[in-house]
Amino acid sequence: MTIRLSSIQKIYKVGVERVHALRGVDLEIKRGEFVAIMGSSGSGKSTLMNILGCLDRPSNGEYVLNGKPVAKMGASALAEVRNQEIGFVFQSFELLPRSSALQNVMLPLIYSPKRWLGARKRARHALERVGLGERVKHRPNQLSGGQRQRVAIARALVNEPSILLADEPTGNLDSKTSEEIIALFKRLHSDGQTIVIVTHEEDIAGHAERIVRLKDGRVMSDRKTAEDPIHREYLDRMAVAAADMAKHDAANAASNGERSPAIPGLPGSGEPRVTVAGAGSASPAVVRPGGAGGGA
Amino acid sequence: MIVVRLIMQTVILALAQIWTNKVRAVLAMLLIAVGAGSLVLVTGGFEGFKKNILKEFSSVGANKVWVFPRRPPEARDRFSWRQIRMNVKEADGMLAKCPSLERLTPVLEFTADVQFGDRRRPVVKVQGIRPIWHEIEQRFVTAGRPFSEIDLEAVRNVCMVNDKAIEEFGLPGGGPGNYILVGGRRFLIVGVVETKAVSPMFGQNDVQSEVYIPFNTAMAMKPDWGIFVIAQTKRPELFEDAKAEITFYMRKIRNLKADDPNTFGVEAIEQYIAQIKRITTLIQVFAGALTMVALIVGGIAIMVIMLVSVTERTREIGLRKAVGAKPGTILMQFLVEAVVLCLVGAAVGLAVGFIVVMGLKVIPNSPLPESAVPTWAALLALVFCGGVGVIFGMLPAMKAARLDPIEALRHE
Repeated sequence: MTIRLSSIQKIYKVGVERVHALRGVDLEIKRGEFVAIMGSSGSGKSTLMNILGCLDRPSNGEYVLNGKPVAKMGASALAEVRNQEIGFVFQSFELLPRSSALQNVMLPLIYSPKRWLGARKRARHALERVGLGERVKHRPNQLSGGQRQRVAIARALVNEPSILLADEPTGNLDSKTSEEIIALFKRLHSDGQTIVIVTHEEDIAGHAERIVRLKDGRVMSDRKTAEDPIHREYLDRMAVAAADMAKHDAANAASNGERSPAIPGLPGSGEPRVTVAGAGSASPAVVRPGGAGGGA
Repeated sequence: MIVVRLIMQTVILALAQIWTNKVRAVLAMLLIAVGAGSLVLVTGGFEGFKKNILKEFSSVGANKVWVFPRRPPEARDRFSWRQIRMNVKEADGMLAKCPSLERLTPVLEFTADVQFGDRRRPVVKVQGIRPIWHEIEQRFVTAGRPFSEIDLEAVRNVCMVNDKAIEEFGLPGGGPGNYILVGGRRFLIVGVVETKAVSPMFGQNDVQSEVYIPFNTAMAMKPDWGIFVIAQTKRPELFEDAKAEITFYMRKIRNLKADDPNTFGVEAIEQYIAQIKRITTLIQVFAGALTMVALIVGGIAIMVIMLVSVTERTREIGLRKAVGAKPGTILMQFLVEAVVLCLVGAAVGLAVGFIVVMGLKVIPNSPLPESAVPTWAALLALVFCGGVGVIFGMLPAMKAARLDPIEALRHE
């Protein structure tokens, strides 16, 4: 067992009011799982992520991370737990702008003196794992968005954490790059890495094995991805949208023959992978009229 | 081992951060450097000034002791002038009873009307001396001859003058051989006494005409005049011994009772030198302390710069905390950054200060050829700069250490 949360509560005091961000969350995540945490804003998913990542302490409840009860730990002890057990991946990458990729990846090692020996080698190895072995000396502004997020993932991996905690990791990336990052997560998962992704995008969550949905500070549902009714409904809608679009494209191609292939820039126009790629842009309601009408 | 690593870690981190904010760091360092440099420069220059003063004073006469008649200030009317004034017997007996003394001469000093041809000066210093006076004062005869024992024994009307007198009276032939009138008596000039190179500090332009006559002649002219004694100790550090011996001898020869005050004075130049040393060191320390104000200004600048830097790097601090930096580590990191900034600034300031002080020594006609940075000032500058770093770095460092990682990562 890697993570066990039992009846976690988090209460914020805003002036005299008490805001219940989490109202008793029970959650278990086993070693090697790939879990997506979903919820709309105000559902408590950020609070849950902060607690999972040991950035914050619950007001009530127990949190056992990799055998250690961390709910009552002090700031210094939590910092050490974060350093040893958790790898963070943020939406906006959070790389140090004036440091090279290698130096960025070495950052967590700086704070674990036990691992100073061979820190450089470790960091290089982490960069190779995310496919950036050739970009070691580059600074963030010399890298593309996807590469930056890869550097961030390498930084998260460099201390061999128990969990990789990603907060909207594709939120600042285009759909193609998002795919690459998701593919990287999947690869890491198949290597045995425990991954928790916090997202509000169904298609990103769809790559996880399991989806935990939060609403009003409680777990609304916790199912395998394939058995999640909301996700299945989403897939169905996507399929309908894709079929619609294909039909529309075919109609377009029939009416003015060579025009459709002449617009290669249109994402996935007439291509079968539209189901995955097109979904990244927005909800299906927008895809339907936008993909066809706007393109033509 | 872990401790050493942690210290190395924070120092390396701090250096890395300074390096990434070069311009800002250099500006802050500059302020500290100015402070440290001025501290070193002021104390170093003052060291030269102090040595100059001391040198001037010792040129007046190291290991010289004066014995002179003095009415005790606490009992002005108890003693008559006859009891107080020194006589030749007292002066002559002193050398035998005071083993710390090398040699001495009684001096009878008065002013007289001096005349040569139509040139007349009404108030000229006339001193009755013995030949050994030249040794004690280190002023020798540059032309003609000094007094001989016969001059004294025979109470001859011979005299010596200084260069100023030759110039003032327009004595032909360099002086010796001419006759001048001293207090109405006719004196043959036999020699010229060298003018002592007194420093500009004591006013070189103020050299007056001086006339020297044999001590016995002076006694004959002014039999009721008081005399004083200039003695020379065997070594400069013996002045306290010499004073004690002279006091004992004088009280004994004057039959003073145990509760009688001294009816004479004993002064040594050394005691003034010691006093001047104390005073000038005090001024030096005070001036140094004033320059520390500059260091404090530098410290405040460092604090402001660090505060800006903490605000600017809020996200970075949040990130560092997220990946495992403890509050203590962050605190140390910023504190070390401030201290390193200050120490590097201090080092630069010290180096510049040293160079300028060296320059003061080397340049020709330097007013302060003996300038030297005192070790205590250099150490003080370093320690104080380090302290400034700690004190003024503490607030920004604490601000950074207390940042909540979640809030910090949300900071724009």
